[in-house]
Amino acid sequence: MEFGLQLNERPMEAPREAHGHNHWNPYVDTGGTSLAIAGEDFVLVASDTRQSDGYNINTRYDSKAFELSNKTVLALSICSADGKRLYEILEQRAQLYFHKHDKPIGTEALAQLLSNTLYSRRMFPYYVFPILAGVKADGKGVAYSYDALGNMKDVTHIAYGSAAALVQPFLDSQVGFANQRNADPNRQLTRDQAMRIAIDAFTGSTERDIYTGDWLEIFVVDATGVHKEVRELKHD
Amino acid sequence: MAPLLEPNAGFKFDNAKRNQLLSDKGYMVPTATKTGTTIVGLIYKDGVVLGADTRATNGSIVADKNCRKIHYLAPNMYCCGAGTAADTDFTTSMISSQLALHSLNTGRDARVVTAMTMLKQYLFRYQGHIGAALVLGGYDVMGPHLFTIYPHGSTDKLPYVTMGSGSLAAMSVFESSWRPELSREEAVEMVKDAIEAGIFNDLGSGSNVDVCIITKDNVEYIRGYSQPNERVPKEQSYRFAPGTTEFIATAPAATANDAAAMDVS
Repeated sequence: MEFGLQLNERPMEAPREAHGHNHWNPYVDTGGTSLAIAGEDFVLVASDTRQSDGYNINTRYDSKAFELSNKTVLALSICSADGKRLYEILEQRAQLYFHKHDKPIGTEALAQLLSNTLYSRRMFPYYVFPILAGVKADGKGVAYSYDALGNMKDVTHIAYGSAAALVQPFLDSQVGFANQRNADPNRQLTRDQAMRIAIDAFTGSTERDIYTGDWLEIFVVDATGVHKEVRELKHD
Repeated sequence: MAPLLEPNAGFKFDNAKRNQLLSDKGYMVPTATKTGTTIVGLIYKDGVVLGADTRATNGSIVADKNCRKIHYLAPNMYCCGAGTAADTDFTTSMISSQLALHSLNTGRDARVVTAMTMLKQYLFRYQGHIGAALVLGGYDVMGPHLFTIYPHGSTDKLPYVTMGSGSLAAMSVFESSWRPELSREEAVEMVKDAIEAGIFNDLGSGSNVDVCIITKDNVEYIRGYSQPNERVPKEQSYRFAPGTTEFIATAPAATANDAAAMDVS
């Protein structure tokens, strides 16, 4: 199966202006990286907080990951503004669900709602690559990855954003145990192991990706709720 | 009739048309390593201080975390380079070689204006296609000198200069702090601050600060004068157990006995 939209591909042709040779482009890539690692009874989400434009840093602290409920976290990559708007919409829909059904919306329902919301903008998509992570009704950790059009897939590990090409192979090796003869494919990571891998993924990408850095927000979601931790990354 | 000889120096444009065609058809042209850079220089009481960051980039990826951007030109002259890494390396080393011959011929240290003129004439000849943006500093019989040289061949002579993608961040430090007759300590500290402004506020610049202090009859080149970006230790080891590597077939390893005995007579 192929995603409708690739990370490095401009999603659509912008309308041509009457004068001048620069066409106006509604899409902006503000950089940054997000990842998720799903364990047996928990899920970890991590995002850096640098927001940039070209060689300039707009701000060193702009959150890309948000709590949608006490069992679900949403991480958005690529365009900060579109990510925030999408989060607002989902947050409102989660509230409406709560008032209508007198119970919080589950992770699986939010996952499908996010896919439908993205596809509703098929012809003028949000420029975001979301990761929705949480604990399911049965208590198991799960992460869903999407493309900008709403194509959804549940995964054990995923990286999106400017350092995705650096982090994804690292996660494939350290979380998915890919291409290792003696590795037990059913081995599950502990929370501490996942935490160490996430931190190393970000200190490593900060070294080599100019758009990743400043601060790191890590969310661990389990049966007891969402636990957030902030760490410093390099600022150069 | 004289035979058609291949020129043995300079650029060849034989493939220019073919390359344009390939590029139009969507073939990816190789990209050059750029030093998205902060380089600076200033004149102080006793001479010139040059400074540079040490990050080299290839697109959004850091290609070298500790590269050298302050190049040697002559015993009394150094030159910071920004732009295409290969162009700054080759341009400075070629001019350095010409300056060495010039000193041998004249029996004197070359003057900084001489180096500046050679660099600008060389860059102008190539109409900006050699992507070297330079900060040239040195000390000669006329005293301390500081120049910037742009890729198209224009030059400036100023008491404090910055270049590269971090030039605006660095210039903000000089514009707020520089004054004539700075002491050596003040000058080096200001250069460090200017480079660090680039390192932290410009994504094309990063890692360490190199400085070069040029005075009458002395040069002090300090690699890693400031190192504000040391890598934090990793959380765990990533050593793989022996035997981890996947393979699809096994074959007995060749031994010395398998091969025909080598003739060693």
